[in-house]
Amino acid sequence: MKILIVDDSLVIRNRIQRVIGVRRFDNILTASNGREAVEIFRREKPEIVTLDITMPELDGIATTSELVRINPGAMILIVSAVADKPTAIEALKRGAHGFLLKPFTDQQLLDALQMLLKGPKAGPRGR
Amino acid sequence: MDEKDIQVLIDGVVHYFHSIVDKGTEVGTPYLAEYEDPVIGDYTGVIQISGVRRGSIYFTAPSAMLSHILLKQGEPDRSPQVLADIVGEVANTISGNARRAFGQEFVISVPSVHIGPQVRQKLALNERSVVIPISWKQYRAALVVSLS
Repeated sequence: MKILIVDDSLVIRNRIQRVIGVRRFDNILTASNGREAVEIFRREKPEIVTLDITMPELDGIATTSELVRINPGAMILIVSAVADKPTAIEALKRGAHGFLLKPFTDQQLLDALQMLLKGPKAGPRGR
Repeated sequence: MDEKDIQVLIDGVVHYFHSIVDKGTEVGTPYLAEYEDPVIGDYTGVIQISGVRRGSIYFTAPSAMLSHILLKQGEPDRSPQVLADIVGEVANTISGNARRAFGQEFVISVPSVHIGPQVRQKLALNERSVVIPISWKQYRAALVVSLS
């Protein structure tokens, strides 16, 4: 299973990789902005995407729309510090499947991904 | 900016540090920059605020403290690039969390990072800027808020 980690922070990308690396994903891809994410997504066709919102080039909300247009079946977990409900709802409306609020613990990340893999849409998490 | 606004940001600092770093992190009494200049750390992450509020929020910390935060997150790389990354991420996380109280019209930029303590003139610090001191172990950092 392929996963694409999208965040403009190298520390966050590395951390998510470390937490999930030993689990079920055999191919972990990364991108540092929305534009790069769309290119990699189109080329590599990952099944799962973790996606930050506040990023240069193309933000996470617009990126969600692009990814869903390319592959409506991909599962998208928003991982962001942006904590207002309207933004979370907007992300879910555009096709994201879950929302994990930064800062997060390793266990919260694993739980959010587990919930994503189970299928039902998740609400804002954390804090 | 009133006391409630400042409390939102204090809560954000406490939440970040208690979640990621250490419950021993302490937040001191906020003060106006007109009374005492904040200590500027080796790295400063700056978030520009637009929308219903205008101004900036910055988090400034010494490199040793940032190295320790990286250690807490399991990050082995302590290069200047990664120290700059984490200082921006802390500023971004605290500012983004504040939207829970301030709403989506509290628009935050992607972080920019200044390196070195000689950046005061670049930080748009004014006499009404509020300094929220942060201490953890032997380290001293600050969140500095300049909002209209």
